[in-house]
Amino acid sequence: MTVLGQLALWLALLLGVWGAVVGYLGGRRGDLALIQSARRTSYALAGILTVAVVALLTALVKNDFNVAYVASYSSRNLPLAYKLSALYGGQSGSLLFWAFVLSLFAAAAQWLTARRYAYLLPYAAAVTSVVTAFFVAVALFAANPFERLDFIPMDGRGLNPQLQNPGMVIHPPMLYLGYISITIPFAFAVAALFTRRLDVGWLHAIRKWTLLSWVFLSVGITLGMWWAYVELGWGGYWAWDPVENASFLPWLTMTAFLHSVMIQEKRGMLKRWNVILVGVSFALSIFGTFITRSGIISSVHSFTQSSVGYFFLAFLISGGLFMAWLTWSRWELLQTEARLESAVSREASFFFNNLLLVGMAFSVLWGTMFPIISELVRGTQVTVGPPFFNQVNIPIGLALLALTGIGPLIAWRRASPQNLQRHFLVPVALAALVALGLVAIRLSDFYAGVALTLAAFVTGTIVQEFVRGTGARHRLHGENYALAFARLVGRNRRRYGGYIVHLGIVTYFVAFTGQAFNQNLEASLKPGESVTMRSAYGDEYTFTHVGVSQYEALNRFVSAASVDVARNGQRVGVLTSEKRQHVDSFGRPSFEPSTEAAIRSTLREDLYVIYAGAVNGTEEAVYRFTINPLVAWVWIGGAILVFGGMITLWPGGGPSERSIQRGMEGYQAKLPAAGVGV
Amino acid sequence: MLAGVLVVGTVGFLMATGIKETGVYYVTPSELAAKVSADASFHDVGVKMGAKVVPGTIQRDVATQTITFDVTDGQATYPVVYRGLAPDTFTDDVEVVVEGRLQPDGTFRATTLLAKCGSRYEAVPEA
Repeated sequence: MTVLGQLALWLALLLGVWGAVVGYLGGRRGDLALIQSARRTSYALAGILTVAVVALLTALVKNDFNVAYVASYSSRNLPLAYKLSALYGGQSGSLLFWAFVLSLFAAAAQWLTARRYAYLLPYAAAVTSVVTAFFVAVALFAANPFERLDFIPMDGRGLNPQLQNPGMVIHPPMLYLGYISITIPFAFAVAALFTRRLDVGWLHAIRKWTLLSWVFLSVGITLGMWWAYVELGWGGYWAWDPVENASFLPWLTMTAFLHSVMIQEKRGMLKRWNVILVGVSFALSIFGTFITRSGIISSVHSFTQSSVGYFFLAFLISGGLFMAWLTWSRWELLQTEARLESAVSREASFFFNNLLLVGMAFSVLWGTMFPIISELVRGTQVTVGPPFFNQVNIPIGLALLALTGIGPLIAWRRASPQNLQRHFLVPVALAALVALGLVAIRLSDFYAGVALTLAAFVTGTIVQEFVRGTGARHRLHGENYALAFARLVGRNRRRYGGYIVHLGIVTYFVAFTGQAFNQNLEASLKPGESVTMRSAYGDEYTFTHVGVSQYEALNRFVSAASVDVARNGQRVGVLTSEKRQHVDSFGRPSFEPSTEAAIRSTLREDLYVIYAGAVNGTEEAVYRFTINPLVAWVWIGGAILVFGGMITLWPGGGPSERSIQRGMEGYQAKLPAAGVGV
Repeated sequence: MLAGVLVVGTVGFLMATGIKETGVYYVTPSELAAKVSADASFHDVGVKMGAKVVPGTIQRDVATQTITFDVTDGQATYPVVYRGLAPDTFTDDVEVVVEGRLQPDGTFRATTLLAKCGSRYEAVPEA
C-alpha cells in the first residue's frame, strides 16, 4: 500500500504543477480546453490524494510497523479510533492530511461556484493547485509519511497519551479545516486581481467559504480549549501559548474580513483593505504552521524540529512577495467608491471593529514573536506571557464587545439622534441596570464588571432586534408570533444568523469573566483528611480524601485517587482523578505519566481536581483543587456560535440580483477611467 | 480619520506599556551568571531561565511540596527551589523553563516551572 501511496503523492505533485499552468494560461487566454483541464485537474487531485490518505490509513489499521510513520504514532493496543486519528497525529501525516483536505475544498469550489462567477475559476484552480502541490512537495521531500524502515519493529511507539482523547480526535481536523479553507477565499482574491474584475463579484462568490472557514476556526479553537482544559491538567483553557496564538491570529483577521466585506458590498469602500486582509489571513494560516513546526519559538506544544520549517518560510516569503506585487499592480483598480462621512455611522463602527481586530492580531503576533524581535534588536531575549496578552487584549476585546452591540444597528452614512435613541435606549438602560446590580453586590473585578455590563447591552440590542422584527411581521402579514419569528430568521438568514453568532460571542465573554474568580488550593491529604475552600459565589466546599486505588486498563496502568465532595455540608459526590502510565503491548512503559483531571461541571462553576501523586507509596495523596466559575459557558458559547453559523451557511439565500447589478454598475463605470477595456 | 488614529494609538500604547511592565528576560544559566556579575542588582529582576535538569538532582519534599533540582547549560549551574506541583513531563534530563528570581545565596527561587517536551506530539526518540 505504501508504494501506491508514494505513487499517488508523486502524481499529485505533477497534477498540482499542471493545474497551476493550465489554470493560469486558461484564465489568461480564455481557452476553453485549458479551463476545462484546470477544473478536471482539481477533481483529479482530490481523487489521487484520497488514494494516498486511504493508503496511509490502511497501513495504520493493519499495524504495518515497517512504515516509519505507523511505528512512530501507532501501536498494537491502540484503540481503532485513535489509530485512524494518528493520520494527523504526526508531522508528515498532517501534511498529507492538509493537502488532501485542500484538494477536496478546491474541487468543491470548482463544483459549487455559481456560473456567473466562472470567470474566476481557472485562476482559483491555479492557486489551489500551487498550494496543494506545495504541501505534497513538503511531504515528499522533507517528511514522507510512506517512508519505510529497514527493519520491522515488533510494535509501534503508540500515540502520545495526551492525544488519546475524543477532543483530540476532532480538534486538529477542525482547526485544519479552518486554516485550509482560508485558501479558497484567498484563491478567489488572487483570481479577481488577475482578471482585474475587482467588483463585489469575488466577494459574493466566496461569501459562504469565508463564513465556513471562520466557523471551522472558531470550533477548532474552542475544541482546543476544551482539550487543554480536560487533558493538560492545569485548570485553565487558554494560556497564550505560541501555538494557541497561531490559531487565534487568522481567526482575528478572518473576523475582520467577515465584517469589512459588508462595507465593500454596501458602499464600495475598503477594497484594498479586503484584498490585503484575505492575503494576510492566508499568510497567517501558513505562518501558524511554520512556527509550530520550525521550533523558532519555544512552546510547550512544539513538534520536533525539522527542515519542514524552512519550506514554510520560503513559501511564506515568496507568496507574500507575489501577493504584494499583484496587489500593487492593481492598486488603481481598487479605488474606493465612497468616503467615510461620519464617525457615528455603521461604516465607521465596522471600520473601528477592523482596526481593533487587526490591532489585536498585531499585538498577539508581536507578543508571540517578541523573544525573536528583542534578540535581534537588543541582543537579549525578552519574553512576554499571559500578563502582557491580557493587559493589551482585555481592553481591546471589551471595545469590540461594545461594537458588537453598536455596529449592526447604527445607521449607514450618518446616524441621527433619533436613530440612536430608537435602537439604543432600551439596551443602554438594561446595561445600566446590570451595572448598578454589579456595584450593589460589590463585584471585585473591574474588567469583569465592564464585560458583564457590555454583555447585557449587546444582548439587549439583539433581543430587541428579534422582538421588533417578529412584531413587524406579525402586524404586516398577520402571522402568529412563532411563524413570524421563523420566517424572520429564514428570510434574512445572513442577518439573523449573524445576530446569533454575536450572542455566542457574548456568551464567551461572560464565560471569560469567570476566570477572574478562580480559586486554587494545593493540599497533601491522608485518607479521611479534608480541606475546605470558598467559591467565588460564597459556597463552602469540603474535599475529603477517600483513598488511592491501582489497576490495569487497556493500554495503561492507572493510579486513581478519590475525594468526597460536599457543598455547604451537603454531599455532592465523589471525584476521581487519575495518574496514568501508558504501556506498550509488552507491558513496558511508554511516554511520561499523564494526569486525568476529575471535573464536575455545572452552569455555575466547575470543580476541577488534579491528583498529583501519592506520597512515598502510601495512600497520602497530593491534590490540587480548582473552583472555576462559568467555564461551561465557553462550550455553550461555541455551540451557539456554530448554530448561528449554520443558519447563515444553509444553502440558498445568496445575494439578490439587485445587489449584484448594483455592484457591477459601480464597477463598469470605473473601468474606462482606469484605462481598462472590458 | 482622527478617531482611527486614536484607536491605533491606544493599541500601540497598550502594547508598549504591556511589554515594559510584563516583559521578562529569557536567559540561559551562563547568561544569567554574566548579567549578575556585571550588575549585582540583577538579583532583583525576575527572569525566565531555560536550561537542562542535571540528572539525579531532583529532590521532592512532599510534606512542604517543595522540589529542588540543579539546572545547567553545560557551563553554569544553578540550584533551583520550586514550591508547587510539577508538570507530568518534569523528569530527569528534560529541558525546563523556570521563572523567578536569583537569590543572593545563589539559589534560583522559581515561581513557575515548565517542562519543555518535544514529545507533546512526537514520540520520544529512543536514546
